[in-house]
Amino acid sequence: MESVIDIRSLSLAFERDGHRTLVLDSLDLSIERGAFIAIVGASGVGKSTLLRVLIGLAKASAGEITLSTHSGKRQPLALVFQDARLLPWRRVVDNVSFGLEGGGLSRAERRSKSLDALRIVGLVDLADRWPHQLSGGQRQRVALARALAVEPEVMLMDEPFSALDAITREGLQDELVRIWRLTGKTILFVTHDIEEAIYLADRVVVLAGAPGRLAADHRIDTPRPRTRSAEGNADVVASVRRHLGAEKLIDGAAI
Amino acid sequence: MTDLIASAPARATASGAASGAKLRAAGFAAAGLLVFLLVWEVVPRLGLFNPLMLPGPSGIPAAFWSELKSGAWGSAVGSSLGHYTIGLALGALLGVVFGVATGMSRLAEEATAWIVRVLRPIPGLAWVPFAIIWFGVNRTAAVFIIAIGVFWIVFFAAHGAVRSVERDLIEVADAFGFRRWHERLLKILLPAALPGILVGLRTALGQAWMAVVAAEIFGVPGLGQRMMQASSLLATELVVVYMLTMAALYGLLDSAFVALQNWLLRWKA
Repeated sequence: MESVIDIRSLSLAFERDGHRTLVLDSLDLSIERGAFIAIVGASGVGKSTLLRVLIGLAKASAGEITLSTHSGKRQPLALVFQDARLLPWRRVVDNVSFGLEGGGLSRAERRSKSLDALRIVGLVDLADRWPHQLSGGQRQRVALARALAVEPEVMLMDEPFSALDAITREGLQDELVRIWRLTGKTILFVTHDIEEAIYLADRVVVLAGAPGRLAADHRIDTPRPRTRSAEGNADVVASVRRHLGAEKLIDGAAI
Repeated sequence: MTDLIASAPARATASGAASGAKLRAAGFAAAGLLVFLLVWEVVPRLGLFNPLMLPGPSGIPAAFWSELKSGAWGSAVGSSLGHYTIGLALGALLGVVFGVATGMSRLAEEATAWIVRVLRPIPGLAWVPFAIIWFGVNRTAAVFIIAIGVFWIVFFAAHGAVRSVERDLIEVADAFGFRRWHERLLKILLPAALPGILVGLRTALGQAWMAVVAAEIFGVPGLGQRMMQASSLLATELVVVYMLTMAALYGLLDSAFVALQNWLLRWKA
């Protein structure tokens, strides 16, 4: 299948107090167009850093990233952060239209696109609220709408549901799958939750070690709609656990 | 059902108690003021104090009325508000511009560090000699004195507010492709720093009012000058009229500003 992002031998090192810490080490990854890919790994393994490099918030030290996105797009990628990071001084609808500003659209066009995005996440009724009037789950939906509004080809999601309570999280997971099937976007979803990864994704990529390396790459063929039990993918769970466990041992040895 | 019946009177009593407490507070406040006015009136009447040195409150309305009729009150207020507004606007504008610039740019902050350290401790009134030498005793000098006081307050408020804007929010702008300095400034820094800047502006509002009176005592036309004229003629009632005028105008400006502030920050929880 045609890939929309091609990552070749990507490495990234941080420089702090004269110490060089390698976070990602020669990572190779192809993201097929329209796929839902989960990236799992322990915290600190460089999952979020990978997304930050892709969106341009961090610079790779070496390697190559090729985007095969349609030309003329101002925003081929959009990022949903772990916390919603809404701008508190903007009403919900103006938060959603944030990424559309400077794209040559009129105010009315921006508003109508933003309302469309809010409709997708089911919050169009709250368009004129202030962020502080929303619950945590609603705020994260607005953040999702803000990313959807720019009509990116790839959605980068950095543990977007990890700060939510279990019930809200499950609701949003189902919502995300629905949106993914509705819009056909490519989704790169970072999480440290194996069950979440298996429930959501077509493909589970495991990063492990310090510096982070590609440790495993599993395809999840379970037909949708899926159940939340990971049975049928026990081998994947076992493999991921093994990688995460191995990493813990390395950490322990290092300390 | 029983709940409804039981809770309704309870709520009524609670709100009744709250409004009762409010009423009582207002009553005590009025009584306190009355006692204050009474003592003020009685002390000169009993001859404990020369009435010329301390005019009682009963003579003040008449003094105010004649000052108002002559047009002197109106022109003094107009003149004071004139250089107050210009000085405040000028000082605040420059304060915001330089505060934001040094807040955004390390280079600007480092380059101005020593200039700030030398100039900042100089009290606004210490600029009076230069104000008079450069501009003479006139409105420009008053505007200058007022603007300097306002500038420093707003400068530090804006600098600190821009400095403490969360990096997380700036990243949002970066992630959506707004990376030029003016995009960051308009989309994130200014709105995020607004609460801090407004706190500085409110402080400056009071500071500027004091500077107005100070500049006018040196002879710039306005409330302060008129008050000094009245004092040299021993028209002490008139002095009190102008003192109360200053208090009332400041109170009015401050409440208007707080209303504006609340509206601008209506997005806050």
